[in-house]
Amino acid sequence: MAVNGAVTWLRRAEEIDGYDLSASDSEEVHVLAVDDSLVDRKVIERLLKITSCKVTAVDSGRRALQFLGLDEEKEANGFDGLKVDLIITDYCMPGMTGYELLKKVKESSAFREIPVVIMSSENVIARIDRCLEEGAEDFIVKPVKLSDVKRIIDYMTTDFREGEERRRGINKRKLRD
Amino acid sequence: MEVGQMQRRLVDYTKTLFMEGFLDAQFLQLQQLQDESNPDFVVEVVSLFFDDSEKLLNDLSMALDQPNVDFKKVDAHVHQLKGSSSSIGAQRVKNACIAFRNFCEEQNIDATLRCLQQVKHEYYLVKNKLETLLRLEQQIVAAGGSIPATEMGF
Repeated sequence: MAVNGAVTWLRRAEEIDGYDLSASDSEEVHVLAVDDSLVDRKVIERLLKITSCKVTAVDSGRRALQFLGLDEEKEANGFDGLKVDLIITDYCMPGMTGYELLKKVKESSAFREIPVVIMSSENVIARIDRCLEEGAEDFIVKPVKLSDVKRIIDYMTTDFREGEERRRGINKRKLRD
Repeated sequence: MEVGQMQRRLVDYTKTLFMEGFLDAQFLQLQQLQDESNPDFVVEVVSLFFDDSEKLLNDLSMALDQPNVDFKKVDAHVHQLKGSSSSIGAQRVKNACIAFRNFCEEQNIDATLRCLQQVKHEYYLVKNKLETLLRLEQQIVAAGGSIPATEMGF
C-alpha cells in the first residue's frame, strides 16, 4: 500500500528518537481509537501520539458513534469542532463489533469518507476480506507495532493532504500503485 | 552497587526473560515507546495488565465454578487475557491462553480447569519477573543512571 514518490508532511524517521513530535505547519491528524481493552487502548494511544497524532480513545463502538455524533439515541454532544481524520478500531468487542462500527460509519453520508482501520488478533483471511469489502482502509494484526501505525499514518497523511488540495479545487493526479 | 553493575545486571536479567520465553518482541516495542516525555510508560502499561489479568482470572475461576459452565463466557474472558498478554509481550501467558481456548471449544471441563491453573501459574511467574525487572530499572534511575536499551538478536 506504499505511495510512490509522495512526500508526507510528517517527517519520516528511522529511529523513534529522531521523530519530530511537533507537526510542521499542518494540523495534526486526529485519530479516534476504539478498543474495549484498557491495555490495548493505552498502547495504541501511545503509538499514535509518538506518530504525532492527536488521539481520542474510547472503549466501545457505541461511544465511538456518540463521539462522531452518529448515535441515534443521543444528541450530538457538541463535538463537531473535533474533526476525526482516521478511525482505528478493534474487531472483537462486546456489543458492537469493529465490523459493525465500520458498516455504520460507511453507511453515514457525513462520515463515510473517514478511513477506518481494523485491528484484530485473529489473522483470518475471510475476516480481513469482509472488512476490506465493507470499505476498511487496512487491517492490522495485533499486537500492534509502531511500524504498523507509522505505515498507516504515512500513507494516510499523503491522502489527507491530497484531499485537502482537492477540496481547495486543485486538481492533482493521485500517485498510487 | 554502582550504576554500571546495576545496568549490567538488568541487561542480563532481561535477556534471560527473553531466552526463557517469558517475554517476546512486543515487550521490546513497549520499551521503545518509553522516553523522557513518557518515562513511566512501561510501568503504567504493565500495571494495567496486572489489574486487568487479576480481574479476568477471578472471573474465570467463578465461571468455571458454576454447575453449568458457560463456555462462551469462559472463552470470552480467555480471549481478553490472550489479547492483553499478547499486547505486552507476555508470551507464555499468551500461549497458555491459546491452549485454553482450544479446550473451551471442546467444552472439556477437566481440561479447562487444568488450563486455568496453567494460565494462573504463568501469570504469577511473569508478574514476579516483571516486578523484578521494573524494580531493577527503578534502582538504576534512583541512582542517577539511565536504563540501557535492550538489544536482542531477533
